[in-house]
Amino acid sequence: MALKDITLGQFFPGKTILHRLDPRTKVLLTVFFIVALFMARNILGYGLCATALLTGILLSRVGFKAVFKGLKPVFVIVVITAVLNLFYTVGEGEPLLSFWIFNIYWEGVRTAFFMVLRIMMLISCTFLLTYTTSPIRLTDALESLLGPLKKLHIPIHELTMMMSIALRFIPLLIEETDKIMSAQKARGADFETGNLLQRAKALIPLLVPLFISAFRRADELAVAMECRGYHGDEGRTRMKELRYAGKDYVAILLGFALCAAIWGVNLLGVF
Amino acid sequence: MEPIIQTEKLSHIYSAGTPFQHAALEEVDFCAYPGEYLGIIGHTGSGKSTLIQHLNGLLKPTSGKVLVEGKDIWESKEATRRARFRVGLVFQYPEYQLFEETVYKDIAFGPKNMGLEEREVDRRVREAARFVGLTDAQLEASPFELSGGQKRRVAIAGVIAMEPAVLILDEPTAGLDPVGVEQILGNIRDYHKEKNATVIIVSHSMEEMARTVDRLVVVNDGKLPFEGTPREVFAHGEELEAMGLGIPRMTRVFRRLHELGATVDPSVYTVDQAKAAVLDALKRGGKA
Repeated sequence: MALKDITLGQFFPGKTILHRLDPRTKVLLTVFFIVALFMARNILGYGLCATALLTGILLSRVGFKAVFKGLKPVFVIVVITAVLNLFYTVGEGEPLLSFWIFNIYWEGVRTAFFMVLRIMMLISCTFLLTYTTSPIRLTDALESLLGPLKKLHIPIHELTMMMSIALRFIPLLIEETDKIMSAQKARGADFETGNLLQRAKALIPLLVPLFISAFRRADELAVAMECRGYHGDEGRTRMKELRYAGKDYVAILLGFALCAAIWGVNLLGVF
Repeated sequence: MEPIIQTEKLSHIYSAGTPFQHAALEEVDFCAYPGEYLGIIGHTGSGKSTLIQHLNGLLKPTSGKVLVEGKDIWESKEATRRARFRVGLVFQYPEYQLFEETVYKDIAFGPKNMGLEEREVDRRVREAARFVGLTDAQLEASPFELSGGQKRRVAIAGVIAMEPAVLILDEPTAGLDPVGVEQILGNIRDYHKEKNATVIIVSHSMEEMARTVDRLVVVNDGKLPFEGTPREVFAHGEELEAMGLGIPRMTRVFRRLHELGATVDPSVYTVDQAKAAVLDALKRGGKA
């Protein structure tokens, strides 16, 4: 079933070094990586980023296949970006190719190529983060990193709680959708053929039970949370406190080093 | 006799190519005969749900074949569609798939998808409602106003209304009270008798299976280790316990009695059989 292949917010349990890093470190590393990616201006910079990313994927042992699967949904965006950059970048020299109203410059090809690389690496790196970090640890990390904003009366705890519930519910709802779809297919429902209107109509037998069950689950969760004495952020303690270890400091240093290296190679005048 | 449903070396692998990859079924040869009341038993995660979803073409085998009435259901699109209607599948907790405004419309969903004409749909809906004991007033009610047990029966009626030659039910009695359980099992038995349909019930409750089915198939770890009459299957007591299935309480009592030296049949599995076995032992004991 295709729905099961949706990888958003999915977590691959494991015991590799990437899994064991403090989630805050991983969030910070992701930020460093994104900064580095946007700083990179030449092939060496992009090469450094790609090396860092590939090392990450290899270390995590989630497999390249899983990462590529995550890239599939953004394929359209990647193509559109490439095409727009290709045609709309105006260069200084002679156009490489020109027909009708379009002129393709060498700079366009270069920008398109780097843009595609940048988007793909950006997405892969965030997927690597969610693949190796369980949703609960991820939201804990965000709450801790964004903690200072609580002083400005921004409801960080509530926001991260909502996020963790949402992340928790995605796989559940996907599973539920899959189940209801199978059940309706067993009664001869057809989700695949017909025009747009017919297909939209065919979704009613799927959406009605799905909404009902989502509300039911939300209701049950609210009751369960209240039964366990949940009353928001104040005075709440954690079973698993986040603590930085030696490897986290090393990882953050490496993140810094990547940014610094990119700044360095930007000064070199290469492609 | 020709089997009505048959699988040949059926294998299914979930999430192939990811760290979650695992084989739910491995080279399974399964068959069900026309008019049979068959039980499939196995604990959670044994592969029993995967197996039944192959029987009406909801899942496509990774390798191997599924034959319904002798024809490969993946041969063509029409063959798959035909299999959907010949083999009716009632999922676990089917009451969560109800969606229409009235019970009548919900039961009519399946027959309408088959492309039947209005009068035939009406006949089937009313007959299915009769099988599961729904009144005319209930047919016009919203399915969401009914009780849990009633909803379950509406959902089963929705599949029965397609008049499948094979009716498969996945844990049809899960989460019901004893009265509800008896009602549902009675409804299914009625359908089996009146339509001479093949019925396949999936369950992990040995007691319930022992009382109802003609033949049992055990699923464990993606394979079918045992099959046969309940008596034959329950003779594998130790192996079944090792699979986390256990044997009916009555069988356990009589096996223990047998071990203690009583001259009783150790393969007893219902109360009636137990009564007969005790009377028999007493009679023989009296003579000796």
